[in-house]
Amino acid sequence: MARVVVDVMLKPEILDPQGQAVQRALPRLGFQGISDVRQGKRFELEVDGPVDDAALARIHEMAETFLANTVIEDFVVKVEDEKAEEEK
Amino acid sequence: MTARIGVVTFPGTLDDRDTQRAVRVAGAEAVPLWHKDKDLKQVDAVVLPGGFSYGDYLRAGAISRFSPVMESVIDQAKAGMPVLGICNGFQVLTETHLLPGAMLRNNHLHFICREQKLRVETDRTAWTADYTPGQEISIPLKNIDGQYTADERTLDMLEAEGRVAFRYLDTNPNGSLRDIAGITNEAGNVVGLMPHPEHAVEPLVGTGRTDGLGFFTSILKKLVNA
Repeated sequence: MARVVVDVMLKPEILDPQGQAVQRALPRLGFQGISDVRQGKRFELEVDGPVDDAALARIHEMAETFLANTVIEDFVVKVEDEKAEEEK
Repeated sequence: MTARIGVVTFPGTLDDRDTQRAVRVAGAEAVPLWHKDKDLKQVDAVVLPGGFSYGDYLRAGAISRFSPVMESVIDQAKAGMPVLGICNGFQVLTETHLLPGAMLRNNHLHFICREQKLRVETDRTAWTADYTPGQEISIPLKNIDGQYTADERTLDMLEAEGRVAFRYLDTNPNGSLRDIAGITNEAGNVVGLMPHPEHAVEPLVGTGRTDGLGFFTSILKKLVNA
């Protein structure tokens, strides 16, 4: 089984009220020096079978039609490197 | 013959009963539709009511958009059937791309519930024919994901084509761009708005006003004259 990660973020030009609220809270909590925060979503997909080009194409379609609303959001699809995870 | 107006219930819909009632108060027959119904039961129009379909998981309206009933609603809407989306229904309509733009969390991040003044900007839709352009109405508003957004090109296009159907007056409750409270598609059969006309159709309940009744009398008149 392999893991594919889809990161969804609001497009840079779209206002992110949730990220702004987090950013405004930071100085109050004693965390200085953060000039901007944007909040996104991370989907971790456990894929049955090999993550080949066909599987990736299907996941890309899933991200484009469902996981992200491309009117306001961008997304990135990444295959997670299992070895790197194990070495940690 | 009485006009048949379908009212869709998704898991998490709250305002289906109020909407059915509003349809009946206007003099039409309300036909309950379940989200698993692919068959629209020969209704003449459909209302997607407010609530929190599928718990607003992922994005408001994102999961309902793929329900069996919506496949039929999308097909019929494209063929000209009148569809009204109220609040969560409006969010569903933007997710289907029957209406342009998208909905963001309110700019102040609070759930808001208030009586909201609106200006009706057009009478050239299936759901606003009983109003006059420029008419001011007051109906309830309640949402947390109500901030209408779209890129500048889309906003300019909506303005130029007279497709901004309603604008917030006095106060913009959620940061919606250009004070947009509701829009219509090019043909005028699909309309979406965040405030709730179905909660303002009888003087005895809600705000005591009946400013929302015009939506349901408009569609009735259109269907009877069709």
